[in-house]
Amino acid sequence: MPEPQRPLPQPTDLTRPYWEAAAMGELHLQRCGACGRWQFYPRPFCLACESGELHWQRASGLGKVYTYTVNHRAPNPFMKARLPYVVAIVELDEGPRLMANVLGATSADMAIGRRVQITFEPVADGLALPQCSLLADGAAA
Amino acid sequence: MNPSLSRSVAIVGVAESDLGKVPGKSALELQGQAALLALADAGLKLADVDGVFAHTDDRFSSLQVSEFLGLRPRFVDSTNVGGMSNLLHVQRAMAAIAAGMCEVALITYGSTQLSDGSRKGGAVAADLPHTPRGQFILPYGHLSPIGYYAMVAQLHMHRYGTTPHDLAEVAVAARRWAQLNPKAYRREPTSLDEVMASPLVAEPLRQRDCCLVTDGGGAMVVVSAERARDLRQPPVYVLGAAETHAHHYTPFNTGDWLDTGVAPTAEAAFAMAGVTREDIDVVQIYDHFTIGVIQSLEELGFCKRGEGGAFVADGALAPGGRLPVNTSGGGLSYGHPGMFGMFVAIEAVRQLRGECGERQVPDARLALCHAPGLVFSCNTTLILGV
Repeated sequence: MPEPQRPLPQPTDLTRPYWEAAAMGELHLQRCGACGRWQFYPRPFCLACESGELHWQRASGLGKVYTYTVNHRAPNPFMKARLPYVVAIVELDEGPRLMANVLGATSADMAIGRRVQITFEPVADGLALPQCSLLADGAAA
Repeated sequence: MNPSLSRSVAIVGVAESDLGKVPGKSALELQGQAALLALADAGLKLADVDGVFAHTDDRFSSLQVSEFLGLRPRFVDSTNVGGMSNLLHVQRAMAAIAAGMCEVALITYGSTQLSDGSRKGGAVAADLPHTPRGQFILPYGHLSPIGYYAMVAQLHMHRYGTTPHDLAEVAVAARRWAQLNPKAYRREPTSLDEVMASPLVAEPLRQRDCCLVTDGGGAMVVVSAERARDLRQPPVYVLGAAETHAHHYTPFNTGDWLDTGVAPTAEAAFAMAGVTREDIDVVQIYDHFTIGVIQSLEELGFCKRGEGGAFVADGALAPGGRLPVNTSGGGLSYGHPGMFGMFVAIEAVRQLRGECGERQVPDARLALCHAPGLVFSCNTTLILGV
């Protein structure tokens, strides 16, 4: 039987730098040259000041759990094999929020505010998903 | 909306189609059934209809409904913004009638999601792998919409100490109302313990924190206040109406997730209606998930932020409680054919007409209807009165 397929992202010209960096194991986000704000997901202009002067910059890959849930049901067969799993909204130290699974974590490990590090999960040839893992309690906030 | 339009239109006919498990009827046929019943309720004929507002899984649903009913409307609107769409259509009808673009607006909705064994409406363009949702959400196995509401519940519990018991209070209150509604799909008694013992779906939400999955359709007829005076039913006027929009399934904003846009929408609707929260006799909130009701009650201003859990305790929303909420039994117990906005308004109209029998709220003169669309993406508030 074929392995169940995971829904995978299809980069566009706009988002390709994000996915190319992720494939290299780095988190790159857009940053505005005019006002200095970071943003996610990518747009052709700055959401804060409407400047078009955006460039890609490597982010720290550190953040904290803004909120999360632990799934006991999955929307597709691929994720069903991973149940239960954690889906979190991560607030990066640079400001933007993104979604990631907290790999290796159980419900008992999770709490809002816990520090996380972005990691990268290879999912296909040349494609890796930004994910995250919990940092030890008491890790630098 | 321009306050001068307050009381300019009335909802004069409402009906639901067969509801629950309805094998053998299409979503379009359910809309047609509800449309004919709503027109009969109003004392109007198909030939009177010149505006059609509809949404289903079909992108062109107002045209589909018009053709099915043999109508040749001069105004249509198939706007689909998720569960609140029909409440938005009431506003659109008010604008169209004020602009002289139609006189008799028929609003319909229908779904066969239970008989289909799935939510056909869930597979939309947003799921394509190059959309923001396709790139940044779908790979993570997130359940939508429940995953988002689970995340909001988690945040609410973390910040305010809200408990699973508080969530269960909302589900039990809905069931107690449903027991008084012969049309409700689930009417057997339930308890807080039963709700809290149901299987986890997305922590902290359990199966019984979630709305039902049913088939069903509904329809409403909206006409000008002048025309409403001569019709069969007492007019239910639209006093206030407002909508706001922000997202499309991807709420990655840096704002507070417990500020979901309900408050400014409600504020605008109250301002247009010229009434206050204390004036409201009955409240109908789109209850897709128990936390949604607690969250909405806070943002609507019926209690303070963070006090929603305490506010719903001890059967406060149930028959005889301090605030009658979702008196049909709501999406949690009456029925939930995919997008509940239509049914929020139908129940409000029936309460204001005083035709709700055992579940009638005494002397109901003013009702508030609220529904969001997608997940925290947009909001509509209507204030209705007689």
